[in-house]
Amino acid sequence: METETDRTELVRRLQRREAWRRRIPLLPALLFTIVVTQVPFLFNIWYSLTDWKIVPPSPRRFIGVDNFVDLVDNRFFREAVWTSILMTVSAVLLSVMLGTLIALLLDRKFFGQGFVRTLLITPFLIMPVVAGLIWNTQIFNSSFGVLNWSLDALGFERIEFVTRWPLWSIVIVLVWQWTPFMMLIILAGLQGQSSSVLEAARVDGASAPATFFQITLPHLRPYLELGVLLGSIYLIQVFDHVDVITGGGPDSTNVPYFVFQRSIGGGWQFGQASAYSIVVVIASIIIATFGLRVLSGLLEGEDAA
Amino acid sequence: MSGDTGPVVGQRSLGSLLLGIGAWGIGLIFFFPIFWMVLNGFKEEADANADPKLFFDPTFTQYDEVTSQTQGLLGFREAFFNSFWAVSISTILVMILAIPAAYALSVRPVKKWRDVLFFFISTKFLPIVAAILPLWIIARELNLLNTRLVLIILYTAMNLPLAVWMLRSFFSEVPHELIEAAQIDGASIRGQITSVILPIVAPGLAATALLCVIFAWNEFFLAVQLNPVDGSTIPIWVTSNVSTRGNFLAKLSAASTLATLPVVLCGWVAQKRMIRGLAMGAIK
Repeated sequence: METETDRTELVRRLQRREAWRRRIPLLPALLFTIVVTQVPFLFNIWYSLTDWKIVPPSPRRFIGVDNFVDLVDNRFFREAVWTSILMTVSAVLLSVMLGTLIALLLDRKFFGQGFVRTLLITPFLIMPVVAGLIWNTQIFNSSFGVLNWSLDALGFERIEFVTRWPLWSIVIVLVWQWTPFMMLIILAGLQGQSSSVLEAARVDGASAPATFFQITLPHLRPYLELGVLLGSIYLIQVFDHVDVITGGGPDSTNVPYFVFQRSIGGGWQFGQASAYSIVVVIASIIIATFGLRVLSGLLEGEDAA
Repeated sequence: MSGDTGPVVGQRSLGSLLLGIGAWGIGLIFFFPIFWMVLNGFKEEADANADPKLFFDPTFTQYDEVTSQTQGLLGFREAFFNSFWAVSISTILVMILAIPAAYALSVRPVKKWRDVLFFFISTKFLPIVAAILPLWIIARELNLLNTRLVLIILYTAMNLPLAVWMLRSFFSEVPHELIEAAQIDGASIRGQITSVILPIVAPGLAATALLCVIFAWNEFFLAVQLNPVDGSTIPIWVTSNVSTRGNFLAKLSAASTLATLPVVLCGWVAQKRMIRGLAMGAIK
């Protein structure tokens, strides 16, 4: 009886040791991430419960949830939320659709295929600040911009694109940068497609659209989901483009830019800005849970031993 | 039979010719803004600030001007080295942290490895703007404002989740028998990783590192908030060429071309590898 308990005790201890041995390689990365990303968040929670303005200078004092109450009926915050949603959803959807189309075009042999692919991936490699500045000053600009020059040459009137459509000007630049990324992912998917299945479909006399919708598209699904997920993660945080194209303003201030304006970007209302951040974080977690469900779909069926 | 295939082949090749031309057209349209930027960098300001011109007398004036050192202003060389160190050290750190973590999430997974992976990815959903205020205050307390170190730490945190996630997918592609054989031979975790896993996942590793380099090199927000004076990086140097007085289009174009060149060249060289890496990372 005694040896029996000894043995179970030993087994348990060995299991625990094994569990720790498995955990050790993970710990440095996990601890680093927790410290660098979660500690600032805890600070934020404290700040958000205080009234803390730098201009005019005033002592920080505890005010409970007042900042959050203010936030609910702040029209500008609601507008920023709406702008963020529009910006992210339209940029992600447009770049995924365009990226798929271009990937399909590139996935066939033609003269200069590699060169055209090289041209197409370049916008993704361009620094966002540079992309915004170049589009703003040399494409959209109403006096020297190429787009307006073309309009002029075709007999149309010149348009101040950025003033007239601030949101869509930014979305165009975002789509220009992210279409290449989506194209790369979809291209990867297309290259993993088995040629024997496609050959079989062709022998069976399936039309090109039928082959696309019934074979290629289902095969591409995980790649499309990956593109949407990664695109959303990065595009919901867009700051640089807004900063250099419009510098904020109605219709183009998204949530990140709004929080920036309210705090270190000139508003100096640190308590309030922290409250906005907290709301953004909570909303992000809710949205992320949906995103992660997609991701669980990606991980489905795989179980490493 | 052979008479039948003639016109079909003809039709098909006409179709693919048109699709090829379409691909070329789209490629040229996408590349045009970059082409225009490079072109404008070789113009005099008077030529750049005028109706678009394709033909002009090329000049290196702008390149001379943007790279020349002015006392008290952020110079190109200084910004380049700040960027270089922040990007390379943070990418190396990301790899050092992510490789063992990916091992612990795939080869011999910890319990609840899915939750851990989700935690890593979920940190990417936290808007960096929301964290900038506490980061600024903490950095000031630790005397880290305007240092390269603060950017190295934050760029590592910024790229780590993506790297862990991609590397995990690559690691789970490695055949189990190979790892088991190494384990039976008594290889340590380090031995398994360096002699069995890494050689197999090398293309994926390169793709991951390249993405980290791209995102870190191009990062603007953290750099401008935490390092506006010393330790400024290339994106800040680019925006310093936008002036409110006088014309700056040609100067900005030259500066932008210099700033984007390193990452664009890396991307061009590694594009095939990147596609292969993403293909491995997508499904597993």
